[in-house]
Amino acid sequence: MALEAAGVPTVAVHTRVFARLVRSVAVANGMPTLRQAFVPQPVVGRTAPELRAYIEGTDPINNCSFIESVIGGLTRPLEGQDLAGLSYARATPRLLDADTEDNLHRLFVENRWTDFAPVVMPTEERVAAMLSGTSHAADEVVGRLRPTAYREFWEFTVEKVAVNAVMAGASPAYLPVILAMAASGVSGRSSSTTSQATVALVNGPIRDEIGMHSGIGALGPYSHANVTIGRAYGLLSQNLQGGSVPQETYMGSQGNFLSYNATFAENEEASPWEPFHVQHGFKPADSTVSLFLGGWYTVFGGGPRETWEQKFTRSLQACDPYTGPILALDPLVARGFVDRGFKTKQQLIDWCVEHARLPAREYWDNQWIQTLHRPRALAGVEPYASMLKAAPDELIRMFRPEDVHVVVVGGETGAMWKMIGGGPRLTIVQIDRWR
Amino acid sequence: MQATDIDAMSRTIRVHDPRGYPPEIIGKQLAPRLENLDGKAIYLVDCLFDNSDVFVEQLRSWFGEHLPGTEIRTVRPKESWVDDPELRARVEADGDAAILAVGL
Repeated sequence: MALEAAGVPTVAVHTRVFARLVRSVAVANGMPTLRQAFVPQPVVGRTAPELRAYIEGTDPINNCSFIESVIGGLTRPLEGQDLAGLSYARATPRLLDADTEDNLHRLFVENRWTDFAPVVMPTEERVAAMLSGTSHAADEVVGRLRPTAYREFWEFTVEKVAVNAVMAGASPAYLPVILAMAASGVSGRSSSTTSQATVALVNGPIRDEIGMHSGIGALGPYSHANVTIGRAYGLLSQNLQGGSVPQETYMGSQGNFLSYNATFAENEEASPWEPFHVQHGFKPADSTVSLFLGGWYTVFGGGPRETWEQKFTRSLQACDPYTGPILALDPLVARGFVDRGFKTKQQLIDWCVEHARLPAREYWDNQWIQTLHRPRALAGVEPYASMLKAAPDELIRMFRPEDVHVVVVGGETGAMWKMIGGGPRLTIVQIDRWR
Repeated sequence: MQATDIDAMSRTIRVHDPRGYPPEIIGKQLAPRLENLDGKAIYLVDCLFDNSDVFVEQLRSWFGEHLPGTEIRTVRPKESWVDDPELRARVEADGDAAILAVGL
């Protein structure tokens, strides 16, 4: 669209499943008649002759030949709306029209303002009560969110965050955590085809102040604070960013269970190591929320036992190479590693980085490595440029140290650990400024 | 069902709209179109998605066979999914048109 605005006639080619999404992006950018051509899905994994057949075949959306779509897109004379674009304001009201509670519940579901579990209706009284959880003014702008880099940002205030916190069933005391998550700029409803979820880790004194759970069942539905804070983050993400609607603002092919809730606290008291936020430069007295945009996979194990090195090596190799793991270790596991000489989290991270290796052929065959790291390698960016020079059977490192994270969580009923897809992007936000 | 339940169900309430504030949409004009592609320089931008290089090569090849009077310049941005201002400036400076392929 930037090229069109600069006077260069342009046609964008997409696979057919993105038709609604790219149309809505064009509308949101004021160019509803943007010329677009479509080929069948998928392109990934198709051979050159198969892709040539796409090019010589039919555009499944525009109902003409693909080539006609491309050439016509560049040469067909402009008409009315091509010349004017489309301008309009999209105001959202502060309050909805009065109605019965049943009708309002129906309206919220029909408009996809919920996660399809029942919500608490955000009455003026409830929202006012929620706002007592922060010293910030209701009309203060908190930040902006969008489901993907290709969409427009939507803006929101403290009150709008409070509305979604009420809907999730959260208590006013949780609002500073929820505001910090909202202010992060990281959506809990990313539209990525990979079905990203955002894993949220809370550290610092606020954990105990509001009753967040880091012991038995901390990753499950056993804490009002963990569950409703996580749910509020999901609801505010979809509602404050302009939606999370399949084929328009959500394209995750499979979806992700963790999108319902992946919020927990670190068990700092039972951990033999420094807390996660202190590792990243914060003071122990700071309260923070760390957001990992990923959450694609989970690998499970127990120990560390006699053969832990083999188990860990295999588990790390099973992780997605584009997405380093969060090692979520029960305190028993963490202390077991201390007994084996790992005096700090960093030492365990370094061990993982050293031992998580794949043959270069397999590493570079990964779809996201191919899409995202290979261009960097070709542009000379290290370590990818050197990794690209490796022989096909050479074992190369899957992760950089900053791609692997260690968190202590659990109630010591079993020496269990998980490797959870952490994502390549970590954002840590201070909670205290939102008190 | 008791009368009090019916009263409660028919009572109306006002609630907040949970949505954020969308930006105003400003209409933009499309660029003037070409009369034809003969003698024109078209930038074919590989968007770097997995296997898009194979698709782009096939499209370049199709133009070479069917519209040899059109110059196709295949280019790649420096990074995936990130604006490449240098590349964009190059296309704007000496390209007659652009094809971006392929989004998936």
